Amino acid sequence: MLSIKNLHVTVDGKEIIRGLNLEVKAGEVHAIMGPNGSGKSTLAHVLAGRDGYEVTSGEVSYEGENLLEHSADERACSGVFLAFQYPVEIPGVNNTYFLKAALNAVRRHRGEPELDAMDFLSLVKERLKVLHMDESLLQRAVNVGFSGGEKKRNEIFQMAIMEPKLAILDETDSGLDIDALKDVADGVNALRGDDRAIIIVTHYQRLLNYIVPDQVHVLDSGRIVKSGNHELALQLEEQGYLWVRQETASA
Amino acid sequence: MSDVSPSVRHYVDQFERVAGSLPGSDLPWLRARRESAIERFSELGFPTRRNEAWKYTRLAPIEKRAFVPAAATSEVSSAEVERFYLSETDCHHLVFVDGHYSAPLSSPGELPAGVLIEDLSGALERTPELLAEIFADGDSENRHAFSALNSAFMHDGALVKLPKDGVVSYPIHLIFVATGKQDDFVTNPRVVIHADRGSRAAIVESYVSLNDAVYFNNMRTDVTVGASACIEHYKLQRESRKAFHISELRVHQAAASAFHSHSFSFGGALVRNDIRVGLDAEDATCTLNGLFLADGRQHVDYHTYIDHRQPRCVSQELYKGILSGRARGVFNGAVYVHPGAIKTDAHQSNNNLLLSRDAEIDTKPQLEIYADDVKCSHGATIGQLDENMLFYLRSRGIQEQSARGLLVYGFARDIIDRIEVNAIRNRLAESLLRWLPHADQVRKIVQ
Repeated sequence: MLSIKNLHVTVDGKEIIRGLNLEVKAGEVHAIMGPNGSGKSTLAHVLAGRDGYEVTSGEVSYEGENLLEHSADERACSGVFLAFQYPVEIPGVNNTYFLKAALNAVRRHRGEPELDAMDFLSLVKERLKVLHMDESLLQRAVNVGFSGGEKKRNEIFQMAIMEPKLAILDETDSGLDIDALKDVADGVNALRGDDRAIIIVTHYQRLLNYIVPDQVHVLDSGRIVKSGNHELALQLEEQGYLWVRQETASA
Repeated sequence: MSDVSPSVRHYVDQFERVAGSLPGSDLPWLRARRESAIERFSELGFPTRRNEAWKYTRLAPIEKRAFVPAAATSEVSSAEVERFYLSETDCHHLVFVDGHYSAPLSSPGELPAGVLIEDLSGALERTPELLAEIFADGDSENRHAFSALNSAFMHDGALVKLPKDGVVSYPIHLIFVATGKQDDFVTNPRVVIHADRGSRAAIVESYVSLNDAVYFNNMRTDVTVGASACIEHYKLQRESRKAFHISELRVHQAAASAFHSHSFSFGGALVRNDIRVGLDAEDATCTLNGLFLADGRQHVDYHTYIDHRQPRCVSQELYKGILSGRARGVFNGAVYVHPGAIKTDAHQSNNNLLLSRDAEIDTKPQLEIYADDVKCSHGATIGQLDENMLFYLRSRGIQEQSARGLLVYGFARDIIDRIEVNAIRNRLAESLLRWLPHADQVRKIVQ
């Protein structure tokens, strides 16, 4: 589904991703872990199509197409979803019509008919319940006045509505209490399926207790230095990132 | 008066020509007021940009045209006016065509006992003593040339008088329509709102045009809010893109009264709004909200002045501007807290969105505080669309143009959502949608 080959990315003249390789197949969950400043968030943003990131070499193919050729909204329509580390507040823009616009953009792209207000509302209400979210949030402006936990839940809620093929969760677990963490995990696990893939970018392994990954990668200084299964995440939790660094240095 | 400029001379001459035919010209008190006003006007002359309050607003386009007072015209059908009605609610309507009251187009409707909603020219004929009383009671100072011009030439407008505890449930809608059937005309409408103790009403002033005529609308609204009375005031300025619109809104508030102003400026070539609120007694509250949209070469200038004279008054002020093309905006928000006005609570903000490289805004808060134990704040922002917001929307599949339009819509909608009356909110949301870049795409999303 996603194939990243020798990716180099520069931000403001500084190389952040330095020769990254990653293969993600449909049905898989990958966790990308790494210390602060290792390039995790940069990778997430580059995949989602944010401006200001310069890909100096390498390639990213998504479902056989060059992902980098497409704009952020085109990527979203073709099934790439980024759950933001810091969801953005948008005053004056109502959550309901924002969500409806997002969903219908995706549906149009898939060649499906747009949902009318009634069908949309019943879908939304059903998904809200799964995430233990209050319906009143639909009447509010996007993320405005939301607590940190509500914002993260809202990201997963949007994901549940848009049903992406490739979901990238950027530090979704940071700042969550245990209840919110479980709800977020439930939302993500509900999306798991043979035709979807999930990339979880995280600093800590605790979310991975609830969303068990098929593969865990350690990102350091812009490249993947070690890969393994869930055990690797547990080992990192115990021994820290320094251990990986020492191991790669001596290798 | 030999040393006055030709543009001032022009209005003095016009005054001499029409003074005898202005409404109430047989009333000595009114005649005297008009004469002292025209004298004041010729003394003051048009403000120049050396005058701090007019620093950013060039008045030459008004001065160089020889506007003449509009004649009464009746060639407007009700169909032409009805589209300006607030369709979703009943209203008490007064309609003014080129500044003159039109009885056939108006429908004041049934009113609670003691409530007066009348045309000013008619009221001057029918109840001159009442008008003498109201005018004597009001703030008669002509602060600048335009104010003086209005006092000299005022020929029509509305009188809204609410008795003690009088409540008007439906909005009072004053519609000022410019027909463009006369060239280069000036109107000087005056609205007088006199709300006695404990009364309540919502008053809407709409300024609209039937076409894109060049004319000059020099209006003034005087509001007296009695103790514990509550007035909501809406001004919807959607005039011709070639019109000149100068306005002054003056408010005096008694103890524990509330005044909420929502001012929208969407049309006009050159627009200046002066809003002055005197919190003359303790525990009064005022809210001033405003939104201006300008593109092309439109120029919009808002000057507000809130006078905190007594203890425990609250003022909340929020103005937003959206400018594109080569439009120019000015915001000057003055708050004056007098000695002794303790526990004053005054907050002001002005946020502006610039959508083009050539659009400009000058914004200036001006706080003068001479009392201790007060809470005052102010803030101003000027910026482009936020890149983080834009990326967020786009990452959810919303195309760039729609996302940009939606963000502008959201920025403005924040002010529109503060309106209490549904029908006005919907009307303005519609005007906003029509104005927006990529309007069709945004409309599809929000409707």
